[in-house]
Amino acid sequence: MSDPVSTMPGHPPVTDWLHDFDHTDPRWTENPFPIWDELRAQSPVVHTERFLGCYLPTTYQAVKEIAYDTEHFSSRRVLVRDERPEVKRNAAPPITSDPPEHKPAKQLLLPPFTPDAMKKLEPRVRAICNELIDGFLADGKCDAAAQYTKYIPVRAIAHMLGIPEADSDRFITWIHQILELGIKDESILIQAVQEMTAYFADHIERRKQHPTDDLISTLMNARDKDGQPLEDAHVLGSLRLLLVAGIDTTWSAIGASLWHLARTPSDRARLIAEPGLMPVAIEEFLRAYSPVTMAREVIGETTVSGCPVKPGNMVLLSFPAANRDPAVFPDADKVVIDRKENRHVAFGLGIHRCVGSNLARMEMTVAIEEWLKRIPDFRLDPAGKVKWSEGTVRGPRYLPFLFGDEN
Amino acid sequence: MPGKLTIRVDQDKCQGHARCKSLAPELFELDEFGNAHEIGDGAVPAGLEDKAWLARSNCPEIAIEITEQ
Repeated sequence: MSDPVSTMPGHPPVTDWLHDFDHTDPRWTENPFPIWDELRAQSPVVHTERFLGCYLPTTYQAVKEIAYDTEHFSSRRVLVRDERPEVKRNAAPPITSDPPEHKPAKQLLLPPFTPDAMKKLEPRVRAICNELIDGFLADGKCDAAAQYTKYIPVRAIAHMLGIPEADSDRFITWIHQILELGIKDESILIQAVQEMTAYFADHIERRKQHPTDDLISTLMNARDKDGQPLEDAHVLGSLRLLLVAGIDTTWSAIGASLWHLARTPSDRARLIAEPGLMPVAIEEFLRAYSPVTMAREVIGETTVSGCPVKPGNMVLLSFPAANRDPAVFPDADKVVIDRKENRHVAFGLGIHRCVGSNLARMEMTVAIEEWLKRIPDFRLDPAGKVKWSEGTVRGPRYLPFLFGDEN
Repeated sequence: MPGKLTIRVDQDKCQGHARCKSLAPELFELDEFGNAHEIGDGAVPAGLEDKAWLARSNCPEIAIEITEQ
């Protein structure tokens, strides 16, 4: 099994961010916020020749214009990578779908992910959190990324899909290969996708003999507008999406929230004293530490915030950078856990709003509530250095904590 | 005296972020796809005006309209 914090092979280091940005540069991985601030001050849209040509919108407004413009910006490629191989049908609908195919594919997935559906899953997630805490509480310390935040989303989505939670490490390896290593090594990505497809094909075959009431069966039983079952390829594509999209992302969001709380005792104390503040605080964590950067491909010449954009280029659609735009969020660099107005775009904007947003919120809320109940005081372990994931999804992958008061 | 408020969710804009439902469950409900709708005729009961404005100012899609009479 590969090391989940292994690094990608090198690109030349960036010296000119304005004309040569690179979201895999170690400086971006470690602390992207000053880079985005510097670029935003120069232009709402910047360009790099890397990745065969790619734009980065730096402002909330520019991100919004692109997210709403499905005529000039296609979702057929959702990762900015070194290579741009031929687009495959049914790659991962609906995230890789454009209108008019997008809406029917999305509507199939929405009912299982409503807030009410998430309430039914919540007790299982609470139990998972407590089982994980039981595993390290007596040690007085842990790597919260490897021992806690990592396993909450993967086990929750496995539970929903009806696949073994015990296969979690295998899923996490595939996702690391697709979302991180795959940016620079096409063969690693292809192999991971093939393994994942074979895994789900096997589960589909089993359900043809023995139907179940999980999310895999829901998709197998879905009918299109003509009353026909979905092609197997569509079902497999959506299953790949559900597995890939819901794990690294929420792992990152829970980890970044705990990282903030480890360094901010006053916010910990406030959340314990005012549990009703939790939903607002969760939105602020989502704004300040949005994990997910999406991508689009330019398919028609247009302008964004007055800047010309040309077909043949990709777009790194940085919801995290939009959420740090001081034109929209006062004190954008500060985490204000009772921020009243917070139109953050952590889950995207427009038709591609994250289908799992209610799941992510529930997992974040439960994970932080259960943690604070059992470990109200904790801090970063000065003996270790926090490591962040590279590329498209940003969050802590090594998060050493010590429990209890400093004294 | 402030006027009476009426809310309406623009169904062409709503994408189901569900922020309004979380902040003002007395005023919004979600359909089977998770998209939001104003409850009843959208009239905001006295005392819930602040929640209506709060929901509006947190909708990422700017899908909530408030009219004041």
